[in-house]
Amino acid sequence: MSSTPILVEPFEEPERQREAMVFGLWLFLATEILFFGGFFFLYAVARMQDPVGFAKGAARANLLLGTVNTVLLMTSSATLTVAERAAQAGWMRGARGAILATLALGTAFLAVKGFEYREDLSEHLFPTSPAFPFSGLVGATRFWSFYWFVTIVHAIHLTIGLGCVARLLRLDLPRRWMVAEVTTLYWHFVDIIWLLLWPLLYLVGP
Amino acid sequence: MLPEASTLAPSVDRIFWGLVGLSVLIMAIVGGLVFAFAIKYRRGTDAYRGPLPEWMSREVEIGWTVSTLFVALFVFWWAAAAQLPHFLLPKDALEIHVVAKQWMWKVQHPEGVREIDALHVPVGVPVKLEMTSQDVIHSFGVPAFRIKQDVLPGRYTTTWFEAKEVGDYHLFCTEYCGTDHARMTGTITVMQPEAYARWLSAQPHGEDLAGEGGQLYTALGCSACHGANARVPAPSLAGLYGSQVVLTDGSRVTADEDYLRESIERPEAKVVAGYSSTMPAYQGVASEEQVVALVAYIKSLDDRRSAAR
Amino acid sequence: MKVDDTGLLAREPDETSYLTAGTTLRSWLLSTDHKRIAILYAASITVFFFIGGAAATMIRLELFTPAGDLTTADEYNRLFTLHGVIMVWFFLIPSIPGTLGNFLLPLMVGAKDVAFPRLNLMSWYLYVTAGLFTLAALLLGGVDTGWTFYTPLSTLYSNSYVLLAAFGIFVVGFSSIATGINFIATIHLLRTKGMTWMRLPLFAWAMYATSLVMVLATPVLAMALLLICGERLLGLPIFDPRVGGDPVLFQHIFWFYSHPAVYIMILPAMGVVSEIIACEARRRVFGYQFMVYAMLVIAVIGFLVWGHHMFVAGQSPFASMIFSFLSFVIAVPSAIKVFNWTGTLYRGRIRFSAPMLYALGFVGLFTLGGLTGLFLASIPVDVHLSDTYFVVAHFHYIMVGGAVSAFFGGLHFWWPKITGRLYNENFARSAALWLFFGFNFTFFPQFILGYLGMPRRYHEYPPEFQVWNVMSSTGAVVLAVGYLMPLFYLGYSLLHGERAGDNPRDATGLEWTTSSPPPQHNFHEPPVVRSEPYAYHDWDEAPGDADETPQTDPA
Repeated sequence: MSSTPILVEPFEEPERQREAMVFGLWLFLATEILFFGGFFFLYAVARMQDPVGFAKGAARANLLLGTVNTVLLMTSSATLTVAERAAQAGWMRGARGAILATLALGTAFLAVKGFEYREDLSEHLFPTSPAFPFSGLVGATRFWSFYWFVTIVHAIHLTIGLGCVARLLRLDLPRRWMVAEVTTLYWHFVDIIWLLLWPLLYLVGP
Repeated sequence: MLPEASTLAPSVDRIFWGLVGLSVLIMAIVGGLVFAFAIKYRRGTDAYRGPLPEWMSREVEIGWTVSTLFVALFVFWWAAAAQLPHFLLPKDALEIHVVAKQWMWKVQHPEGVREIDALHVPVGVPVKLEMTSQDVIHSFGVPAFRIKQDVLPGRYTTTWFEAKEVGDYHLFCTEYCGTDHARMTGTITVMQPEAYARWLSAQPHGEDLAGEGGQLYTALGCSACHGANARVPAPSLAGLYGSQVVLTDGSRVTADEDYLRESIERPEAKVVAGYSSTMPAYQGVASEEQVVALVAYIKSLDDRRSAAR
Repeated sequence: MKVDDTGLLAREPDETSYLTAGTTLRSWLLSTDHKRIAILYAASITVFFFIGGAAATMIRLELFTPAGDLTTADEYNRLFTLHGVIMVWFFLIPSIPGTLGNFLLPLMVGAKDVAFPRLNLMSWYLYVTAGLFTLAALLLGGVDTGWTFYTPLSTLYSNSYVLLAAFGIFVVGFSSIATGINFIATIHLLRTKGMTWMRLPLFAWAMYATSLVMVLATPVLAMALLLICGERLLGLPIFDPRVGGDPVLFQHIFWFYSHPAVYIMILPAMGVVSEIIACEARRRVFGYQFMVYAMLVIAVIGFLVWGHHMFVAGQSPFASMIFSFLSFVIAVPSAIKVFNWTGTLYRGRIRFSAPMLYALGFVGLFTLGGLTGLFLASIPVDVHLSDTYFVVAHFHYIMVGGAVSAFFGGLHFWWPKITGRLYNENFARSAALWLFFGFNFTFFPQFILGYLGMPRRYHEYPPEFQVWNVMSSTGAVVLAVGYLMPLFYLGYSLLHGERAGDNPRDATGLEWTTSSPPPQHNFHEPPVVRSEPYAYHDWDEAPGDADETPQTDPA
């Protein structure tokens, strides 16, 4: 390790502080799991009530863009892990490069998502749109409600994640690599949620 | 005191007063001990205060844990067993349709007589309420009968009672439903069967519910496709109610009220195997009461009676 | 030590307490000291308590007469919604954890501060921001959905400021999550040397169980509120029955949070009462381990009983049976706690101080509140009683008779530690008795009203219910006066009270081993724990001898 970590009140040993940060973040992830768990519960209910309509709606989701996004996010998780390990090992140039790559991949995800939204809207795939192709079809309506809710919420999480990752660039990383560790943890979580959403949203349709 | 005006009421009251007794007993034990200890062991008395042996407190803990558990399970069994018969709806009940809306109760008897914020029923006859709401969630509560059931939009809920005492009783909306929730009340009038019959015949008679549904069946254009001589293929409605229906995805549903209603309002939701969904959605086209009438009509069609009326 | 009368900010001769460490407003508003944050919380929940209390008083005044003559139907609906929202989210949930929990938890485990002090300050700011949103909704014209926000009333039919209020509650949820995370991490990682899990005071255990519920239940509420906002704002249908949505689904999600939320309110109260009873009865807590496990079991099973709110909502009878069963099961650990408090009195040396009166009052009121819970867990009885005043009385016995009594008891118990001043014991005792009397006077008649069938949330009612309503409303006036009393004698104590010693109650916890009020970093050197909590001696001793062993001394 390159230099001694900064200690913040009330901690007296770096190891304890690191433990606390990681533990605290896991607790936060527990709340996030319950939060998204609620959405998955809604998904299960909606799909069980009208599986046929649900699948009909899901067939219109854009599999290509969804898959591209999955690849982007998976790669970004890898680059951020590289950044975190590099920071721990004291290789700052590598860490910076990997962080920038993560930021680029995350932004690309949001851009692709934006294109996908534009395409969805041009096809009136918004449940309250007057030209919504599935009006009256319960399952499809609920699929698209779920789609908009959950992808917007996920995008907000990702944007917060981008903010946290960007903040790493301004930190004294050699002494505060613990922050990189917990940021990575959060980023992986957002990534895993997407990994669950991808089959649920894009692979259900016939 | 609250009258026990239905056959259900005494069994509810038995549990209620049983629980009151249990509560008084436990309050007496806990309160009595707290008072006794507070007096005996207040500061300054010379009561004996030696240590308690470890095993004793453990035995005591296990003792009261287990006995509380037994009491809790006993009360659960007692209450649940008393509720079971009420879950089963009586077969030969007088069927009353209730439509709730902000802030009134609309009631319709099988003979077609309608009432608002009032319900007349004969004594000693099981009455089944088929209820739905036009807007928000309401709840049909009659304290004297000890019944209460939420009335939901987009779905039927049912409850039943058998009145056993003649009289007027409060009907309350017991699920908060907006501004005039407190005024969404009514009166249940329980009458002798002869008086009920007299009252019924004195009311302005509309067509009975199924008959009204039959007229709507033609007026709304249902018969054009579902009728016997229709050219468009649509499943026959005769004998449909209560039967098993196979859907396009191979699953089976029972054609109950909720299914019929859903298929009128949103026909695409469950399409019968072998047919394509060409039927328009009647949601917003047919009013809540019209749907109730249509469902009643479809229920009245059995195999012997042709749907081509 | 010289006694001075110059007020709260008078400087002690030789050391700086957390109160005097800085006197500017900035030094308070940007402090990350858990003790100062506790004071910030205390001040803000007091404001909300009196706002919510004013609404309650209006409600009871309206119900003096059967006709709706004091307020219109709309005003009444806004009043009870306001009362519920403010009291649940802006008073009860943050009350004990935000004030006593923040102040005491680090002291009790021997830490300098909570694990994440800045997150702790942020939680208070989130709370205040959320409070402002909710107050804005109130000032603009209020919300009329009831605190439960049932759909489709809240999404499609209400014309009031649902979005603002729901957003406020969404934000206050993060404040409670932040507190929960902080407490769990503090207990796991910052216990001082020798403070093993089974040496933790029961108040710390209560905070631990509470925090678990906060962390795991609150996000589900956040999701439910988000869905309501989405449905109102964007029209995305989730619960809308017109497109096949299920309004009852909302109730499931809502109660999945809101039933555990009841345990967020009552578990801390149980912790406070355990501390008070052990100290004031000078007796080791009866069955310490059972008390700990009972709290953890309550926290866990609390997640599995939400469906008992929905016996008449149209859920399947099988579901109702299971929820009824689990609701009876959860009565067992609660009963264990009551028996253990009673058992702690046995062979004690009981002092009837004001906190003890509150604690004994708590035991009685909580027991009655819990027993009436059995009525509501029995399906046939619940069908008759749900949405009547019986339910209102039941949960006020738990939340006001239980949680608020315990909060007041705890406030008095630790007052000397928090402020460094003593209060007038006789005034405090009279207030405790007055509140106990006023409370029963207000809420006991409501059990009878409920059995007779009077529905809740009615601003007009049939005249036969008037007798009981007049009793209840008269009691409410008594109660309202009672809640003003502590303001006076505690306010006086704050300015002119006699200086308290470090351990005026001869208690055993670590918080009593430091000075009153505690120094900025809690302890001059990290304490080392050498004995169990509640080492109050069993035997009689010569008068004047200490009958307790502080946790820092070997037993």
